[in-house]
Amino acid sequence: MSRIITRRTVLAGITAGAGALLSGCDQLGRDERFKALLKTGERGNEALQRLLQNRTALAQEFRPDQRSPIFRANGTSNPGGDYARHLANGFADWRVPVDGLVAHPQAYSVAQLRAMPARSQITRHDCVEGWSAIGKWTGVPVKLLLDRAGASPQARYVVFHCADAKSNGVRYYESIDRIDAIHPQTILAWALNDEALPPQNGAPLRLRVERQLGYKHAKYVQRIELVESLTGLFGGKGGYWEDMAGYEWYAGI
Amino acid sequence: MADPAKPFTGPKTLSDDHDQGGELVYKHRLATRLWHWVNAVTVIVLLMSGLTISNAHPHLYWGAFGANNDHAWLHLPHFPGWSTIPSAYNLALGRNWHLFFAWIFAFGLLGHMIAGLVNRHIQRDLTLTRSEVAPRHLWQEVKDHARLRFPTGKAALSYNVIQKMTYIAVLFVLFPLMIVSGLSMSPGFNAVMHWPMDLVGGRASMRSIHFVTAGLIALFIVVHLLLVLLAGPYNEIRSMITGWFKVPHESDPQEEAA
Repeated sequence: MSRIITRRTVLAGITAGAGALLSGCDQLGRDERFKALLKTGERGNEALQRLLQNRTALAQEFRPDQRSPIFRANGTSNPGGDYARHLANGFADWRVPVDGLVAHPQAYSVAQLRAMPARSQITRHDCVEGWSAIGKWTGVPVKLLLDRAGASPQARYVVFHCADAKSNGVRYYESIDRIDAIHPQTILAWALNDEALPPQNGAPLRLRVERQLGYKHAKYVQRIELVESLTGLFGGKGGYWEDMAGYEWYAGI
Repeated sequence: MADPAKPFTGPKTLSDDHDQGGELVYKHRLATRLWHWVNAVTVIVLLMSGLTISNAHPHLYWGAFGANNDHAWLHLPHFPGWSTIPSAYNLALGRNWHLFFAWIFAFGLLGHMIAGLVNRHIQRDLTLTRSEVAPRHLWQEVKDHARLRFPTGKAALSYNVIQKMTYIAVLFVLFPLMIVSGLSMSPGFNAVMHWPMDLVGGRASMRSIHFVTAGLIALFIVVHLLLVLLAGPYNEIRSMITGWFKVPHESDPQEEAA
């Protein structure tokens, strides 16, 4: 038995192998069961991080001189609809209800939220795409809003409904669980770098949920809803990007 | 069996040492072989899904932050669909692949290291001896490598010093660095432990290190495959599948000089 491996067979083998690998991976990537298997990686990351993290472990904070000279804005920069009118009158009519599974539903104006106890933090924003920027955020802790509304013990998730309608007509929304909602750095921010939040960064209010990636930090927050489960909301995966493109709901990694 | 004395007269092909071989010896243990193949698939998937992630923002910065307006030290090319997983750009799916296989990579490496210590693969096959690292010996090895003169006889049974140093660097430096730099980029992990990132000057630096390490691992794979092809792919691949390696006959220095 003599086996000769020629360059031609090796090259043909490599090409065929690579082609099979690629189309195989694409096919696997379309298979729902395989996608579910890949998603166990996400659940593993969530479980491991929650295991390692002290529930109140703070995201890194920075000195003022470590801030990015320009804080990059991403995604929607102008939500459209009524937004221009709100912007023109300084968001005087912008109201944020806190409702759902709460004992005392509330509705706040931007002025009321600005008058509440605030937290300032200089943190790093890590976009899922790979870039990052450091900026100073000031806002009211979400925990305070949950406490004032009397969040029910059944309310496992906090949903942030946003004003930006995407091109397909679906409104942006995001959700986090109670662990991250009551975290000391989770704030409803109204200022960036000591100035009123600019429209491209989510004016008048945006969520800051440090310890998670940028797409969780919902901009143009219009309503805060407490729910027991995410399945009844829109696509059921807990957020616009989660529903539309399959991004991880837990964006700690 | 072919007659080893028969001169090789066929068309010039990538050498198949089937005809030049001597006795079969058991060279690679099951744990080594299993990890090798699982890891080969895992690393390829990680590199290819990594190219999808690179395409999402193909700029590398140094320091604590880095976005479009900041100075990038390197702009990477756009990687074509045939080199990425999935082939059509989909960052969410690319991340799913990457973060799933990262678990296999990390725990596979841990398992391999434990098995290697227990079955003494690390102590026996990877430890450098004093005589091996002597400058004269090293220089000789470099010359042999440059001339593509592969060890024969007994010498073919153990790793040579360059091979050992490369495996040590990949196994104990590049692979762990890949895991640490990948984990450190995670904002959740960053809240648990941020000293590795502070050590290199921040997240943008850590991301650069992750990408550069990926490049070095890709380079290792190319050289590794090239050397397998040149050393005789049939025998090398068989030994990595079955464990049995056919020892090439001791080369005759007289013949080689002729």
